[in-house]
Amino acid sequence: MSKSIYPLVEREVRNAWSGGNLWMPIIFFISIAILFPFAVGPDAKILAITGGGVLWIAALLASLLPMERLILPDRENGFLDQLIVRGYSDELIAIAKIIGHWFAFGPPLIIASLFAAALIGQGDDRMGLIILGLAIGTPALAGLGVTVSALTAGLNGASAIGGLLLVPIAIPILIFGAASLSPEPGSALQLLSAASLAVTMVSPFAAGAALRALRE
Amino acid sequence: MQGQSNKSSIMMNNLACMRSNRLIYQHISIQIGAREILWVKGRNGSGKSTLLRQISSLLPILAGQLEVNGDIALTDETLTFDPNLPLEKALRFWVDLDGSSLTKLDDAMQLFDLVLLSDIPVRLLSTGQRKRANLARIFASEAKIYLLDEPYNGLDQDNITALDKAMMQHQKTGGITIIASHIKPAIAIDHILDMDQAHLHKKQNGEQL
Repeated sequence: MSKSIYPLVEREVRNAWSGGNLWMPIIFFISIAILFPFAVGPDAKILAITGGGVLWIAALLASLLPMERLILPDRENGFLDQLIVRGYSDELIAIAKIIGHWFAFGPPLIIASLFAAALIGQGDDRMGLIILGLAIGTPALAGLGVTVSALTAGLNGASAIGGLLLVPIAIPILIFGAASLSPEPGSALQLLSAASLAVTMVSPFAAGAALRALRE
Repeated sequence: MQGQSNKSSIMMNNLACMRSNRLIYQHISIQIGAREILWVKGRNGSGKSTLLRQISSLLPILAGQLEVNGDIALTDETLTFDPNLPLEKALRFWVDLDGSSLTKLDDAMQLFDLVLLSDIPVRLLSTGQRKRANLARIFASEAKIYLLDEPYNGLDQDNITALDKAMMQHQKTGGITIIASHIKPAIAIDHILDMDQAHLHKKQNGEQL
């Protein structure tokens, strides 16, 4: 019996997109972009400098939104157990969850960033960079989201603890992601790629270990 | 891993299980072969469900040996379906994942009287209907080993008869069935495993069931 992750990924995406969950991160993301100029003022120069950073903070927070429903419901209604009985490894389940989570929030976020970027004073010439940066960085955010949900599933105040856990690990992604949009990016994009690659590669194992620990 | 071993079997030798530093049971030894039905009996909390979870490799083995030949289908108290999906789609997820046949699913849905519920979202089903849906999931599966945790709970007499019939059918096709239940099944049982005997905390030796 070959263990295909395709049906699992498909299920993740279906569950994420059903019931309006698809729009939550996008609306959240765009709301921040709308509110930000009101808070700091409409000065184009300030917006151009700070806007990139805000975009990345919004992306990070948007990836946190669905964290409560990534692992906990599947644990409670026996889905995870059923997959283990079928010979799926915890790591494979984690990979399917990460890919599914990414599909559910990554591409919509990238599309939303096209609108959000204009609101926070990022010119047309930055669009390519924004899309590229988010495309590189969001897989790491997906990996972190799944890992942290697995670590906190079933705890009281899981999302608060989850946020606390995720933020420090996400800082390198945030630094290099925002830096790639600064006037002097240096090799920020390369460093973003490296950081994102490292986090994305490690997260299935970390999330897998957390899923295994959940069974006891 | 399937290889030539078409014969399903389960072997437990001096098996023990510990959860959260508490010994649940020990010295469980039994051998079950194809076409056999095991009744795991015992009071609530005697470790019946834990044993099924251990056989399903959901729990680590503290001591002893466990050898399982054959794919496992397990049903316990969990829902195992996406609550928002219509029943048939929810069942289809597992059927497709296992690559089992749709005719088998149709038969199982018919047997457990679920055909009329096909389009109802799982979250609207009653406890008994959920139980039947889970049994249909098991009996639609091509797995050789069926592990049923309290399968009679919440079933009416007609469905109990249907379940017994399905278990005998599974036996005929060479499968193994393990029933964990505090009630004695009405069908012929090949082995009985009394978890109360394996229970560490059984102090009153005079008490007999």
